[in-house]
Amino acid sequence: MRIAATSLIALRALRRNKLRSVLTALGIIIGVSAVIAMVSIGNGAKAQVEGQIASLGQNVILIFSGNFSTGGVRSGWGGAGTLTVDDAVAIEREVRGVAAVSAEVRDRQQVLANGLNWGTTILGESPDYLTIRDWALTSGAMFTDQDIRGAGKVCIVGKTIITQLFPTEDPIGQTIRIRNIPFKILGVLTSKGLSVMGTDQDDVVVIPYTSAMKRVSKRTNINMINVQAESAEVASRIQTDMADLLRQRHRLEGGRDDDFTIRGQEEIANAATATTRTMTLLLGAIAGVSLLVGGIGIMNIMLVSVTERTREIGIRLAIGAHGRDILTQFLIEAVVLSLLGGILGVLVGVGTSQLISALNHWPTLVSTSAITVALLCSSAVGMFFGFYPARKAAQLDPIEALRYE
Amino acid sequence: MTPPVVKLEDIHKIYGNGTEISVHAVRGVTIDIQKGEFVALMGASGSGKSTLMNVLGCLDRPSQGRYLLDGVDVSDLDRNERADIRNQKLGFVFQGFNLLARTTALENVELPMLYTKQRVTAHDMRDRAMQALEIVGLANRADHLPNQLSGGQQQRVAIARALVNNPQVLLADEPTGNLDSRTSVEVMGVFQKLNEQGITILMVTHELDIARFCKRNLILRDGRVVSDVQVNPRLIAVEELKKLNDAEAAAKLIGASS
Repeated sequence: MRIAATSLIALRALRRNKLRSVLTALGIIIGVSAVIAMVSIGNGAKAQVEGQIASLGQNVILIFSGNFSTGGVRSGWGGAGTLTVDDAVAIEREVRGVAAVSAEVRDRQQVLANGLNWGTTILGESPDYLTIRDWALTSGAMFTDQDIRGAGKVCIVGKTIITQLFPTEDPIGQTIRIRNIPFKILGVLTSKGLSVMGTDQDDVVVIPYTSAMKRVSKRTNINMINVQAESAEVASRIQTDMADLLRQRHRLEGGRDDDFTIRGQEEIANAATATTRTMTLLLGAIAGVSLLVGGIGIMNIMLVSVTERTREIGIRLAIGAHGRDILTQFLIEAVVLSLLGGILGVLVGVGTSQLISALNHWPTLVSTSAITVALLCSSAVGMFFGFYPARKAAQLDPIEALRYE
Repeated sequence: MTPPVVKLEDIHKIYGNGTEISVHAVRGVTIDIQKGEFVALMGASGSGKSTLMNVLGCLDRPSQGRYLLDGVDVSDLDRNERADIRNQKLGFVFQGFNLLARTTALENVELPMLYTKQRVTAHDMRDRAMQALEIVGLANRADHLPNQLSGGQQQRVAIARALVNNPQVLLADEPTGNLDSRTSVEVMGVFQKLNEQGITILMVTHELDIARFCKRNLILRDGRVVSDVQVNPRLIAVEELKKLNDAEAAAKLIGASS
């Protein structure tokens, strides 16, 4: 068929009505740019959360103590000190596929140095902790197993501690005092930024867990155990094995509840990304509605256009256009309008998301799939909403159309 | 003798479906029009001339009778076949010019070629449209928009558009109806020039003096042909224009002397 000629006709018709063409496309422009911007923001948020989750380390499994019930009172997670160092040792020794284990004792203490003081989190860990968390040192070195055995008065510190307590000098080799006990700084951690929960991961002092138990917190149990699986494939099996081992060690029989909780990285990731995924969907849906409204706008203008151009249609029919030519012409006009709107919308949407990330420091991530879908959707919208007006135009009677004032 | 370009045999057109309110607009018209004729179809309003024109233009089908265009029976063609006939064998000139607004004269003339069955390259389209514009003396206005042209010029663009596909018959529906008398004469001059080159022209008019530029006058009344005469003496547009110019010059002289 004479598609080339008809396309030419349609493009000429659009060119004749530049302002109207742009206004018609505006609905689609807004719809598509909204879709692109919203999805970009959603994806950016998701990527950020995923980054934070990756900052937990690779294939990390966390075991929390707690949910210990006595006489019907259930203590809640971490409330009961049900995990011990021996549990951690047993896991490292008995569960196959475990790469590294670090018992964790967590406490909040006021630390002093340089005549300054700062309340921070004291983490008692084993030397493997940095491997598990995939956390590097900017300077210095991690404490060793020897420090664990001797409950050494050594520590490594996060970046926030440096900022607060050692603003000017090199902290390596300096001492900080925790509960009046001097700890020598062996190393400084690289910055990890905010956690999934929004807490500052760099506001931390890491000491040997033995030192934490004996010197700082004066307790015999531990808060949690960080475990690293050798690979993602064995992670779920390790979770079961560890649960069995711990139930056995804690002598939990039959129907009694676990007095610990095991969380794989996957679960943590899912919980965190679920929110952002819902948000992305919601934003996308709202943007989709505006795309629909844009489509109705196109139909509206096309209907007006058909009425207004009845005479033109009459002329075309009189000089030999088939109904199908008119149909194709108006369909092409509608599709070109919506596709034009789609392309402009993508540009505006990308621009908007860049602007948003520049102004609000929100991370945005423009996805090519969103752009493709938006373009396909907008041309489908044009096709769908253009069809009815186009068919109306094609069915006009040339004599009536020529007589139309 | 060659067969007529247009042959109407007992054409009837009835609007409505044969009930009491149906209108019998054309009641048995039989006409032969030979190649190279220049015919004016006249009649008061309601005489059926517009209806007959729609049938002649293949915009409408006769209710009864046969219409042979260039020897081919076109009375029973469907919508698309009639569209192709209009495109290939007929050229239309309307009273209201019916040019596409905000479209250059050249693009307006190119329009019929966009709907031909054979593909015409953009280059050929341009060439042929320019040729047609040259014939009507408007090649220098090819890039003008209709609203930048006078009524007479617009009608000449419309004539160029009607000519561009080399039709068998040029159909003009009150082509001078919207023009002043001088411009009307000019447009009739264009028609006479085309007719001298062998183009068959059939026009509807209700102006007697315009009809006198044609070679043959048909008068329609109540859906029937009541008069069919050769025009004698015939007005020649070039001479009439000259007279008009002389009269104007004389008027100027008198105005200047007084």
